[in-house]
Formats: sequence, C-alpha cells, structure tokens
Amino acid sequence: MIVQSLAFYLFAAILVASAVMVITARNPVHSVLFLILAFFNAAGLFVLIGAEFVAMILVIVYVGAVAVLFLFVVMMLDINFRELRVGTLQYLPIGITVGLVLLVELALVLGTWVIAPDLTTVVAAPTPTPDQVTNTHALGLLIYTRYVYLFQASGLILLIAMIGAIVLTLRSREGVRRQNISNQVSRRRDEVVAIRKVPTRGGV
Amino acid sequence: MTPFPDLAPAAPEIFLAVSALVLLMLGVFRGDTSTRLISYLTVGVLLIAVVLVLTGAGTKQITFSNLFIMDSFGAFMKVLVLLGSALSVLISIHYIEREQMKRIEFPVLMLLATIGMLMMVSANDLISLYVGLELQSLALYVIAAFRRDFAKSSEAGLKYFVLGALSSGMLLYGASLIYGFTGTTNFSMLASQFATHGQATGHAGIGLVVGLTFVAAGLAFKISAVPFHMWTPDVYEGAPTPVTAFFAVAPKVAAVALFVRLLIEPFGSMVDEWRQIIYFTALASMVLGSFAAIGQTNIKRLMAYSSIGHIGFALVGLAAGTELGVRGVMFYMAIYIFMNIGTFGVILCMRQNGRMVEEITDLAGLSKTHPMLALAMLIFMFSMAGIPPAAGFFAKLFVFQAAIEAHLYSLAVMGVLASVVGAYYYLRIIKVMYFDEPVEALDRTISGEVSLVIAGTSLFTLLFFFFPAPLLNGAAAAAASLFAAG
Repeated sequence: MIVQSLAFYLFAAILVASAVMVITARNPVHSVLFLILAFFNAAGLFVLIGAEFVAMILVIVYVGAVAVLFLFVVMMLDINFRELRVGTLQYLPIGITVGLVLLVELALVLGTWVIAPDLTTVVAAPTPTPDQVTNTHALGLLIYTRYVYLFQASGLILLIAMIGAIVLTLRSREGVRRQNISNQVSRRRDEVVAIRKVPTRGGV
Repeated sequence: MTPFPDLAPAAPEIFLAVSALVLLMLGVFRGDTSTRLISYLTVGVLLIAVVLVLTGAGTKQITFSNLFIMDSFGAFMKVLVLLGSALSVLISIHYIEREQMKRIEFPVLMLLATIGMLMMVSANDLISLYVGLELQSLALYVIAAFRRDFAKSSEAGLKYFVLGALSSGMLLYGASLIYGFTGTTNFSMLASQFATHGQATGHAGIGLVVGLTFVAAGLAFKISAVPFHMWTPDVYEGAPTPVTAFFAVAPKVAAVALFVRLLIEPFGSMVDEWRQIIYFTALASMVLGSFAAIGQTNIKRLMAYSSIGHIGFALVGLAAGTELGVRGVMFYMAIYIFMNIGTFGVILCMRQNGRMVEEITDLAGLSKTHPMLALAMLIFMFSMAGIPPAAGFFAKLFVFQAAIEAHLYSLAVMGVLASVVGAYYYLRIIKVMYFDEPVEALDRTISGEVSLVIAGTSLFTLLFFFFPAPLLNGAAAAAASLFAAG
C-alpha cells in the first residue's frame, strides 16, 4: 500500500510540476519536452488505477505521435513566442475564471455521485467484469464483435480524413526537378563527359 | 460469443461503402481525366442503392447489436437522401469541369458523405448517431473548401469546420449527460427507461432535459435552424454552387430524419419537454428566414435564408409530435429536395461570358432571353412561396394541418404570416425575370445534365398536384412505422 501511495504522490507531483513548466517555460522546445514528461507521469497514474491500456495508448499515441508532431511544428515554424506572450497578464483574469468554472463543474460531477448514490445502480454493468480479463483483452472482445459496425464506420471516417488532407494540400508544382532513375541509369559517358586538351598555363 | 451480425438490413450502406472504395481506386489509377466517368458511376451506384433500400424496406429490422435500425421511416428518408445526392452529383459534372475542380475525389467524397447520411437515418444508438454524423460532416467540410485557391471557398470550409466541431461538442456533451443519467445509449432502452421512470415520478429528470437540450442544439446546427443558423449564409455563398445545392438537400434531410427519430422514439414520452424547444426553433427559423432574406442581393445567400425558413416550416410538423405531424415533415422534405435542386440547377445556368454570376439582378429579363429557364424558375419560386397548385403549397398545408390538430394554433398562424412575408422575395425574383429589362444576357450553353434535372424537377413540382397519392401514402406508412415502434 505504502509503495503505491508513494508512487502516486511521486507521479502526481512530477505531473503537476511539469504541467506548470509547460506553460511557464520560455523556450517552446522545453515546453514540449515537459509536456512529454507530463504524459509519461499521467501514464504512470493510469497504471496505478489499473487502466494499463489507456496508459499504453497515452505513451504510444500522445508521446509517440502528438508530442513529436508538436516538436516538429515548434521547430519548423518560426513563431515569435515572445510576441505571443505580450497579452498574458491582460487575459489572466479570464483564464482564471474559466479554470474556476471548470473546477466547480468537476466538483458538481463528482458531487452527483455523493448526492444521488442511486445513480450508480442504473449504470450498465461493464462486460466482462474487470477482475476476469485485462483491459486490452476486454476491449478486444467488444470492439470487433459488438461494436464492429462502429469500428468499420470509424475506419471510413479516417479514410475521409486522409482523402481530405490530400485534396486540400497536395499540389503539383511547376518546375520541380524530380529524380528520374531510368534517365540517370541510361546516361552514357560520351553524352556528359567532354575531353579537352588544356594547354599548359592556358586554362580552359 | 456474439453471433455474426445480420448484414441484410445494412445492404445499401455496405454496397455504397464498397463502391466508394472501388471508385476511389479506379480514380487513383486512371487520373483526373476519368472524373466524368466516376461521376456517372457515382450516380449509378446511388440509384442502385435506392433499389436496395426499396427491396429491403418493409418490416422493422435491428442489427449490429441494436446499433442499426431499418424500418419504413428510414427507407423513405434514405430514398430522399440518395435521390438528393444523385441529383447533386449530376448537376455538378459540368460545373467541376468548367471551373477547374475536375478531381476524382469530388464525387467520391459526395458518395462517402451520403453513406454517413444513411447511417444517421438508421442510427439506433447515440454512438451510431454520432459516428454517422461525423462521417457525413467530415466529407462535407472537405468539399466546402474544394476550391482551395479561392478565399471564399476556403473560408466557407473553415467556418463550417470550426462551427461544426463546436456543434459536435455540444451534441456529445448532451449525449454524455443522457448516458450518465440513464446508463444506456441505446434508443430502445432509453425509450423503455423513460416510459417507466416517467410513470414512476411524473416528470423527467432535470439532467435529462439538459442533455436533451444539448443534443437538440447540436442537431439544430446541422439543419441550420435558428438560433444555430449563423454559418449558413456564408457557407452557402462561399462553397462551389453544386456543393451548396448538395448542402441544401441531402444533409438536411438526413439530419431532419435523425432529429425526428430521436425525438419520437427514445424521447417520445418527454414530448412536453422537447416541444418547447422545437416550437421556439420552428417559429424563430420561419420568421428569420422570411425577414432576413428580404435584403439579400446574392442569390446563394437568399437560398440560404430560404432554407432556414423551410426548415422552420418542416419543424412545425415535428412540434406537433403526432403521426400526422411526422407525415407532414417527411412530405415537406420530399417536396423540398426537388424544388431546391431545381432552383440550384437554374442558378448553375447563371453565367455571363463564361463566368458564374450570383446576383439576383443578373436574372433581369430572363423571360426574353431564356423563356424555358425563366418558366422553370417561376414554377420553383411559386412552389417555394407556397402558392397553389405548385407542390410547395401542399407541403405547407400538411404541416400546418398537423399543427392545428395538435392545438398549436398560434404557431400555425405565425407560420402562415411568415410564409406571406417570404412570398415577397420569391415573387421579387419572378418580377426581375419577367418585368425588368435585360442588362446582359446569360450564356446560351446549358449542359445536358443540368437541363435534364431542371426539366424533371420542375415537371414534378408542377404536376405533383395530379399524382399526390404515391408520395402521400409512402409518407403515411413511414410515419406509422415510427409510431408503431414506440
């Protein structure tokens, strides 16, 4: 138990600290690196509550893809972050208000379970019960059988996203020189090499 | 072990999905020169899907672990969606060739959007509702921005995307509240739970009402009902004209079908709660659609406001919440797609010296330069205004009749008044065509597909009055199937 609590406080403290660093770090690349640290610690918290699938997804998808994408964008686009920060103090009250509203809403959501405990009875029982199979196994049992319709439909949505990205961004530019391997291979020596006799001290 | 799901009820969707993939492959291998072929094949595929829907219609079937439902109501709405899409693809063929938009993805994306719409019509679960909606919306965002080199088209796509994402968020929030308070997302289980819970306590929980309101707001955005209509004029104006025609018909029919199914089936016992929402939206849409359109000079913006108004009239039938009301809604949507596609066909013919024009004044003197085109537009405008004997009159008649039988007298009276105001701007177009002197004549070349569509839809609108029985009986049977379930 003690090990678990220790682990929880360790992960939670690093998570909060790195989250604060994400928004305060001066260098945007550092922000992204702290974000990755935050993701890893959140994954640790998920493992502690027994949601190992979400933990894996967090590391694979968020660290492996999203954060790396962020890094690319931050490094490739020349955004002046100092200029972006100019109005921070001005927007701080609004930001704090939004944060407070979210906090109150979270409290209300959690409060509902305390105020109306009978709600827990109407919640559909998770099938199968978590202590019999692992998360990943349980998801696998449902996603390709009961929810196969939604699984296939989501596949179509991703296909549309792919077509859309190609349609809206791919352009064929004029005057781009592409590598043409057959041309390269079929070049012959006498087409490209000229032998000149260079007189001494004369230059070409 | 879950048994293998019965695929037969979803045959049209599966057929369309497979065809979309085949057409995409064909297009990728043959290049953009085969766009015309793929467009024709798309129309053919959509028509085959109509046949599949009609052969599969009849008894109510539920499959894919209660996620998917097929009944007469769904079949009726699916036929409308498929016809709307097929006509839109047909009128787009010539346009995309002329405006340098000839890319094979265009018809394929319209086909994929149509699959999403069919899934929306057949949704029997909040999750399948959402997945269908996103499938449709994502394809629509892309085709709205299809002319990416034009600022207006990109703006239309971006605006639609941002506001669409917002509305999806609201819909999901509402759905999560409903799930939280009932423990299920399935429509039939929701219906039985509300029936028992409502009898036990005499009222629906406040949380459920909030959830329902959010879901209704998300769906109202998709059908561009007031107060969620802000995106409509800009998107309609900016998107390429055949895309606007598509937006104005197919997604609206699908979203209205979804709205009707959601409110009548799972939330049928909460009619007193949702009637207030629909009542207000219907009234506000009718009034805004009529008054805001008066000042418009661009015909595509005018059509946007006109479609907002029409959705208001259709919702009057839903506000009634009765079988007669649902029949009125379905009937209204059927008439609506034909007269709207026809009007957009005429708008597609508005070209001067080879470029598109979109101002109402460009129609001046159309009766002298293009008498047949002006006659067709006259029929559509009379129908939109609801002047007998055009089909639009009967559409309005049935929804108002349903409203009066449900004792919503004030709504019906306001609706009639709004349609009188609306008649002003429809008649103004007729006045411009018939009594103003032509400044510059429109081009004479009109593509074969567009003139075919205009001729077909105008004949339907004009002659519907003689053969109303098939459509009326179809709508009545479909509405009955929805109420028999509940």
